[in-house]
Amino acid sequence: MIKLSNVTKRYGGTSGPVVDGINMEVGAGEICVLLGPSGCGKTTTLKMINRLIQPTSGKIFLEGKDTDEFDVVELRRRIGYVIQQIGLFPNMTVEENICVVPQLLGWDKAKARRRAAELLEIVALDPGVFLARYPKDLSGGQAQRVGVARALATDPAVMLMDEPFGAIDPINRELIQDEFLRIQRQVKKTIVFVSHDIDEAVKMADKIAIFRAGQLEQFDTPDNILARPASPFIAGFVGTDRALKRLRLVRARDALSACGCSVRVGESSARARAVLAEHGADQIVLLDAADKPQGYFTAAQLHALDGVLTSAHAFRIQNTANPGDDLRAVVSSMFASGASWLPTVDDDGRFVGYVSQAHIVELLRVPAVEQT
Amino acid sequence: MKYERHMRAAACVNAAIGLTLTVACTSARADNWWSSVAQYRSDIVYQSIQMMEMVAIAGVLAIVVAVPVGIYMSRPSQRHGAAVVMQTLNVGQAVPKLALLALAMSVMGIGRVPAIFGLWVATLLPIALNTYEGLRAVPRALIEAATGMGMTPLQILWRVELPNALYVIFAGIRTALAITVGTAPLAFLIGGGGLGELIFTGIDLNDFTMLLAGAIPTALLAIFTDVFVGQVQRGLVSRGVNPQS
Repeated sequence: MIKLSNVTKRYGGTSGPVVDGINMEVGAGEICVLLGPSGCGKTTTLKMINRLIQPTSGKIFLEGKDTDEFDVVELRRRIGYVIQQIGLFPNMTVEENICVVPQLLGWDKAKARRRAAELLEIVALDPGVFLARYPKDLSGGQAQRVGVARALATDPAVMLMDEPFGAIDPINRELIQDEFLRIQRQVKKTIVFVSHDIDEAVKMADKIAIFRAGQLEQFDTPDNILARPASPFIAGFVGTDRALKRLRLVRARDALSACGCSVRVGESSARARAVLAEHGADQIVLLDAADKPQGYFTAAQLHALDGVLTSAHAFRIQNTANPGDDLRAVVSSMFASGASWLPTVDDDGRFVGYVSQAHIVELLRVPAVEQT
Repeated sequence: MKYERHMRAAACVNAAIGLTLTVACTSARADNWWSSVAQYRSDIVYQSIQMMEMVAIAGVLAIVVAVPVGIYMSRPSQRHGAAVVMQTLNVGQAVPKLALLALAMSVMGIGRVPAIFGLWVATLLPIALNTYEGLRAVPRALIEAATGMGMTPLQILWRVELPNALYVIFAGIRTALAITVGTAPLAFLIGGGGLGELIFTGIDLNDFTMLLAGAIPTALLAIFTDVFVGQVQRGLVSRGVNPQS
């Protein structure tokens, strides 16, 4: 969708290039985060895509076509653009702001207005309330949503976002990131996104490009960047807790183990021992007829018990995980309750399997031969 | 205790009587003044119209010239020259208006034209300065957003820069016109007519009433002009930009 080929930017006065021979390709529907410390050339690279900055050498292709062959104004109108300061025009209402590009493209007024209302729905703002507001009457988060809506106005295939959530407080940033990912699942844009926040990048990106002093140091999936940093610089940049950051990339449903390790109320202790042995687990969950967990038994306890199992004998289950939770949340609740495993139950409360610390460690382990 | 209260009541009554008397005297005197000022009614009307015509012509010409100059100076290509020009204009603003009119007279002679010219120059400066500063104060982020969205430089000027600078530009026009109305009586000194005729003649003849007959309408006209431009400003400047709404 977007391809950078040997792109270099050099300013007259400075000695070295600010961006040096970048090669990368972003596939359709992907979010690619350009990440790095300030002054590393990530924003310059972004702005070269819509030619706010002209590359000194190299080519950039949009949908296979050299961007130099586009008329520059036409090129920019085809690409949604969101900046950190959002840049809503204070003299225009929210509706007028969203209608700017449709208007430039000569849409008829009624169509543009319908589109504005529709976009506000998408970014979860009530059109009845917000269409007529001026930017000064919006909170930071609301303004950011409108900024995104404005960039989506003409349904461009490509969006460029320059630290779009940088100016929002941490709590609202999390919310708006989630919101944005929800919108992205709906609209499937190809997005190039500048950030200096590794957590944000890990959360949002399909691919991360790490920049350092104008060079592209590593271009890979978030998991690979965290698990296999290509250089000491990247290892340092992503942080010593990078293994923990990877937890965020895995959902509980992908980390289940010993899924059949359960007994039903009324089954015998001997059967429970057999199931335990089969799975090699240390504990077994007791389910009722509707697959809802009623408690659990440990191996030691089962040896002391005989006959039919009821929930009266079982340990109480303190905490459960949902298959959609990321492992960071799961591990956090394990630590909070002092457990080494959590039964996972789906939205209807039915048991689907275990998430255990041992299995998570196994899952995240990088084979020793790969480590340098 | 009782005595004290009595005393206080008496004091109150005294104060009330005093106040009433003062008000009565003042209003009597005001009535008097008003009727003596009113004898100049036809002069006031004629000279006001004459003066406001000069102000209007000078003001419109000043806006027509100063706003484009301010816009031109604010263009990035003029960045280096603009600072010098604006500094010169700033210094120019320090020249007394009377000196300006005197200079206009010495070059162009006596009459309405040099008077209008002098007023025009005086009006020019604040408008050009505010246009320039207003445009420069438009946040870079807005211009970057507009460029990134695919607006041409002219579209950015018309749709983003001017609307967002309009409040400041109007503030300049408002100040400039109020000052111009205040300066306009001086036009009489170089033969331009206007309410200065009553004011300066009043001073010369030591006729306080005549002086007031010129001074009060001048003050009222300045206030009226300010209110009028303020209304236009409210009407034209987007509610999103106006800090007062």
